[in-house]
Amino acid sequence: MMRQLKILDFAIASLRRRKGKSLSIVVVFAFTVAALSSVLLLTHALRREATQLLAGAPDLVVQRVVAGRHDLIPMDYQTDIEKIPGVRRVTPRLWGYYYDSLTGANFTLLGVSGAPDGLTMLAGRLPAGPNECAIGSGVAEARAITTEDELYLISQDNLGVGFTVVGVFSANSTLLTHDLIILEKQALQKFFAFPPDRTTDLAVEVYNPQEVDMVAQKIKRIHPDARPITHGEIVRTYDAVFNWRSGMLLSIFSVALVAFCILAWDKATGLSAEERREIGILKALGWDTGDVLLLKFWEGTVIALTAFLLGITAALLHVFWLGAPLLVMVVKGWSVLFPQFQLVPYIDLQQLFILAFMTIVPYLVSTVVPCWRAAVTDPDSVMRG
Amino acid sequence: MSGGRWFLLQSGLLLALLVLLLLLCSQRVDHAKDKLLPARLQLVRTLHLTDFALWSEARYTRHPSQADWFAPFQDFPSSFEHFPAGSLMGPLPARPATRIEIHRQPSGTTP
Repeated sequence: MMRQLKILDFAIASLRRRKGKSLSIVVVFAFTVAALSSVLLLTHALRREATQLLAGAPDLVVQRVVAGRHDLIPMDYQTDIEKIPGVRRVTPRLWGYYYDSLTGANFTLLGVSGAPDGLTMLAGRLPAGPNECAIGSGVAEARAITTEDELYLISQDNLGVGFTVVGVFSANSTLLTHDLIILEKQALQKFFAFPPDRTTDLAVEVYNPQEVDMVAQKIKRIHPDARPITHGEIVRTYDAVFNWRSGMLLSIFSVALVAFCILAWDKATGLSAEERREIGILKALGWDTGDVLLLKFWEGTVIALTAFLLGITAALLHVFWLGAPLLVMVVKGWSVLFPQFQLVPYIDLQQLFILAFMTIVPYLVSTVVPCWRAAVTDPDSVMRG
Repeated sequence: MSGGRWFLLQSGLLLALLVLLLLLCSQRVDHAKDKLLPARLQLVRTLHLTDFALWSEARYTRHPSQADWFAPFQDFPSSFEHFPAGSLMGPLPARPATRIEIHRQPSGTTP
């Protein structure tokens, strides 16, 4: 134990002699770890959030496809689908998009009927009348309005329509409601001039989740122009989206990783004359090859462990406490309205262990192996260069 | 203090900070499971939501799960967003901040 501590003392003293070089490697190493783990933490948290929240999504969403594009679905389809055994309920969903030329943002307008009460994430209530609306925090922020204010929108008939804001969704629900404007169903129908016998799509509830695929097949058989989207497909889409997003960002940061690998390889393979002389002197003083390798192992461990711990700590703070401001620049894309990330910090410890293994071990190997080549050479020839 | 002991102390402190952050994260997860998740699920169920309100720049990014078949992230495996346009076209510059405020006059008043 004492022997190891003495060698560690010597390793630290050796690193302090090359302070600038050691410090720069720690900084680059920590930055690489922080960048990679920020992407992994963010995408894992988003994926977990999607899996958990979309568990409440409809079992089936039935769209109608005309000429390869999503089209309004006739209300008769509702009656046909309700007759399929195993279907509990079919609810028409009425929604659409609204481009707001004042702010340059796209809003999503959604119709509700019956104004269900008791939504804990809504300050106020859902609209009950034709001139009322509830809005997401992003809409409230973009239009600088709040409860009791008026929200003016241009309808399909090119008329300005005013809605009184009766509810604003809380910031905690921003991931779901940021750009939402909720209107009463009749009001939305009038606003978008929807034909009265059509709706955007149908949400289908099925008694037995294992029968969802069968019900989807039956719907497709009855109405060949229908496109049933199952709950499983919705969740799988999000899995693909965040894997892809994660992949894009990782490929960007892989450039940083490659740069770091080149730096580490250069440092490790190209032992400086000073380092060679140091190894030669140690051997001449009676250190055996094992001791020299142990010294280099400790030098590598000090750098890799310090950088890894700094990098992971920075990534946790960056993603879960600061809202990932550096990643948002990449993730935000073209969105005018983009919610602030207030993610639940779901962490996959396995990912962190893999990251530790993938960064610390290669660095140690690239530090120890070249030194081994110098350490097995005759001290005299090593010192003479 | 010797260099070795200094390193062990520094690593111990960093590790303790990391463990503390992980514990705080797990506390936030517990809080979310008790408070936030049921409330958010209630919202998803009541409004029949199918997608996150993250990217509102296009239909297929606002509602990835409801997008056309040929849009990215859909059935066709190679239809992920690899369109060359995405790497050549940048977003439009921010629009001038023009605001028009319209207020309802109380009934009976003349402008």
